[in-house]
Amino acid sequence: MYIEVKDACKSFVQDGKTFTALDHVSLDIEKGEFICLLGPSGCGKSTLLNALAGFERVSSGSVKIDGSEVTEPSVRNITIFQNYGLLPWRTVQKNIELGLEARKLPKTERSAAAKKYLSLVGLDGFEGRYPRQLSGGQQQRVSIARGLAADPDILFMDEPFGALDAITRMKLQDDIRRISRSEKKTVIFVTHDIEEAVFLADRIVVMMADPGRIKSVVKVPLGSHRDRTNEDFLYVRDKIFELFNMKSDSYIEYNI
Amino acid sequence: MKKLISVKNAVISVAALILIWQAAFAVSSFDSALFPSPLMALKALGEMASSGVLLSSIGASLYRFAVGYSISVISAVLLGMILGRLPMLFQYIDPAVQLLRPISPTAWMPFIVLLFGIGDLPAIVIIFIAAFFPVLLSTVAAVRNIDPIYLKVARNFGIKQPQLTWKVIFPAAFPQIANGIHLALGTSWIFLVAGEMVGAQSGLGYQIIDARNNIRADMLLATILVIGVIGILLDGLLKLAEKRILRAWGGAV
Repeated sequence: MYIEVKDACKSFVQDGKTFTALDHVSLDIEKGEFICLLGPSGCGKSTLLNALAGFERVSSGSVKIDGSEVTEPSVRNITIFQNYGLLPWRTVQKNIELGLEARKLPKTERSAAAKKYLSLVGLDGFEGRYPRQLSGGQQQRVSIARGLAADPDILFMDEPFGALDAITRMKLQDDIRRISRSEKKTVIFVTHDIEEAVFLADRIVVMMADPGRIKSVVKVPLGSHRDRTNEDFLYVRDKIFELFNMKSDSYIEYNI
Repeated sequence: MKKLISVKNAVISVAALILIWQAAFAVSSFDSALFPSPLMALKALGEMASSGVLLSSIGASLYRFAVGYSISVISAVLLGMILGRLPMLFQYIDPAVQLLRPISPTAWMPFIVLLFGIGDLPAIVIIFIAAFFPVLLSTVAAVRNIDPIYLKVARNFGIKQPQLTWKVIFPAAFPQIANGIHLALGTSWIFLVAGEMVGAQSGLGYQIIDARNNIRADMLLATILVIGVIGILLDGLLKLAEKRILRAWGGAV
């Protein structure tokens, strides 16, 4: 298996109380899959992503990528953050070149790569702009271009479209699906938006909070051309809704 | 248009100041040798300019200022960059800094004169002290306040030291560091004059003492005006440089 999470546990102590972010989580992911980690806040989806990306270590259990334990972030696996993480003192071009500088690529190659990926995300001609001169959606596109320019195997995306308006968000969803296919990347995508997950994922990992755990893994039986208004799409979406409703029913009973 | 309005405001403000001075002169019962009018101060300024004293004093003061301030800023920023990344070490250094910081640089002056004698060095040392602590502390705070996402991104893209410092940490901290450098400029200029009054035989601060010794209140006030004007010019110059750098780094200007 390409990515292998086995019995991962992670707990924090906050105000003297132990909070279990991950409770015996196990998950296998194949190369080239588009996986969405879906769940409410506190379900551990971001913790799981951070463990996979190497920013945090799990308390127990193992997280392996390509057979070796993840201990620190690697330039082979790039994370895209919700607030973009662009360096405001660098132009778009220089931001995209960031990952190539560490690899000591010659200047002309860096510049060519930056142009190529900028064009892939639909921002031709934006090389000389600064991040603050771009809209949120454009900034996230630059961040995606920067990630792709480093030519990673895996893209980790932590609620990347969470701060964008609905229409911009849908456009970016279209683009990330297209790009992940054309560039043959494995994508692990964290979201709390059910529709987003159904639109993007090959498989949806449904997570629950308190303690953070995987409730079920749903294979999305939709083809590569997805239509948000299509009957099948709505059917899958409703199925996922039901998974969460069961949880909320028990809460309602409890509250009465 | 905005510029024009601010020029107009400045003219009105300075004119009002001179007017108040003139009015105070008109009603005061002091001897005019002790409390001269604006015009007398202006004449004294002309006298100092034509004798060459003015230019040589300005030169001496600016030289000391440039040396003391730049050495201080560079060393404080370098040390601050290091300490900002080493919170474990800084927690032992911070109490000592907090102890030294509220001591007026002029309090060190007699000690400095004892050690280094009279001349350029005491004034340079006092400027160094005046600028050092504000720049050091603002640099440490700036480095600590960097948005952690920049460090996360740098780690992800495999950017290691020393590149991490000059490609990510310094530019990210720069706006706040620049703030400290800017604040320190005014403080240093203030203490330069104090330093020269005690520990030097030349410069604008010394001119003030010299004018007092010769009971030339007109020259004294003329020198004070020059000190104020140069203070404004230095501040404007630094603002310009700051703006340039921030713009080159895409900051909001």
